[in-house]
Amino acid sequence: MSNIAQVLRPRPATQDHPVARTLLVAIAALFVVLFLLLPLITVFAEALKNGVTTAIAAITEPDAVSAIRLTLIAAGIAVPLNLIFGLSASWAISKFDFRGKTFLVTLIDLPFSVSPVVSGLVYVVIFGMQGWLGPYLRDHDIKIIFALPGIVLATMFVTFPFVARELIPLMTDQGRDEEEAATSLGASGWKTFRRVTLPNIKWGLLYAALLCNARAMGEFGAVSVVSGHIRGQTNTMPLHVEVLYNDYQFVAAFAVASLLAMLALVTLAVKTFLEWHYADEIAAIHKH
Amino acid sequence: MGSPMSLVVESIAKRFDRFPALKGVSFSAPTGCFLALLGPSGSGKTTLLRILGGLEFAESGRVKFEDVEWLSLPARERRAGFVFQQYALFRHMTVAKNIAFGLEVRGRRTRPPRAEIARRVEELLALVQLDGLGKRYPSQLSGGQRQRVALARALAIEPRMLLLDEPFGALDAKVRKELRLWLRHIHDKTGITTVFVTHDQEEAMELADLVAILNQGSIEQIGTPAEIRRAPASEFVADFIDIKAEGQPNPVIAKFEPRALRA
Repeated sequence: MSNIAQVLRPRPATQDHPVARTLLVAIAALFVVLFLLLPLITVFAEALKNGVTTAIAAITEPDAVSAIRLTLIAAGIAVPLNLIFGLSASWAISKFDFRGKTFLVTLIDLPFSVSPVVSGLVYVVIFGMQGWLGPYLRDHDIKIIFALPGIVLATMFVTFPFVARELIPLMTDQGRDEEEAATSLGASGWKTFRRVTLPNIKWGLLYAALLCNARAMGEFGAVSVVSGHIRGQTNTMPLHVEVLYNDYQFVAAFAVASLLAMLALVTLAVKTFLEWHYADEIAAIHKH
Repeated sequence: MGSPMSLVVESIAKRFDRFPALKGVSFSAPTGCFLALLGPSGSGKTTLLRILGGLEFAESGRVKFEDVEWLSLPARERRAGFVFQQYALFRHMTVAKNIAFGLEVRGRRTRPPRAEIARRVEELLALVQLDGLGKRYPSQLSGGQRQRVALARALAIEPRMLLLDEPFGALDAKVRKELRLWLRHIHDKTGITTVFVTHDQEEAMELADLVAILNQGSIEQIGTPAEIRRAPASEFVADFIDIKAEGQPNPVIAKFEPRALRA
């Protein structure tokens, strides 16, 4: 009897064989440990190899402080501007019909497909001393390349798609009904945006800001081309790590690198916290 | 009826890309009338409604309503209460906030004081039989309840015209029938000129004072349900309202509308 019962007990159609399941989980876990966890541990271990005081000294010496400051300033300018641009672009693309819309979407994605080094070089070609606008900028004493403006421009270019990428699907999915309802109820464009559109996308916007910020602070390639690597002046944190590493100052390099790693961890923590704490609200907004 | 023809629509035309959605539609309806725009999907009835609401623009033609050049008014100045098939409630606001929205977004000079708005919201909640649900969010309501909130929200601005786009299309048959009668009741109580879009001939014939039957962007016939039943103007009309079956809805004609499945 018990034998028959065992044979007849059906396995749910969606459940895989236990062995397959275990194997898949094991592969995923191995991957995470090997490629994500291990490097992270290494970074912190290397930084603390000669003790905490050495590590702290490495990140408090003037060049490091200058690099940290520059990174914060560049991200502090690039992220808000990209939030505004990304929001405008998503708004236009998801709520209006116009010619060349698909082309615009492709264009927004461009920074993802172009190598950051190339995007950096473009700015050098345009604004550099030998570039198109070089003579004009020199005559008017405006410095863009090898200075803060160039770093901000390069950072903005690289992080441009983050906000739009996050918001376009969300806003398209939410449709235009609520905006149309608001208009028919007498709300102006601005009031519709502030009272209806913005509250509906605030979580998406926050995610986008977090991701955009993490990338802005961590960007290496594009910034490397336009910065000029002037120590204590135009080095951002990732560039400072490279300089230190090339000087065989491994502990210092890893100390600064661990700061960047911590930024990533904080980003992740905030994101998880938001998802966990506001799960109901986020679900309500995504659900129609 | 006998009241003056206050809604006059003259040769409204509209194309989407090159596909003509409306091919010069003209009709008129008296003040306080309950007009149904009836037709299969793709007949242009929703486009016509959206043009009346200012959410879509006509390429040619004009609309006069209560002696106003209706189409030259921007949507937000028309005070046309619009009710959508998918409710379009503001999902991050409570029911009460949804209903109050149209009053709260008014300019400082025309906005009623807060207490007055609260009182109006309570009144409207009672009117749509949702007393006590003001603090809920739309996602916590049933489909029928949501649509009643949407109607209350549209009524809050004291609309000059009420426009309903398949308001019961996403609801099940029973709720649909209940709400239908209730909507007619509200219309009779408020006397607001109402335009109602539907593809359900039974709904249109039971509910409306005037029924306009649209087909491929043109009006086939407009008249009272009795007139249309007695003398259908064309083969299409006769077929669509299904006279042979004597008021029984024809399952073939209760057309498949993919929009109804989005609920």
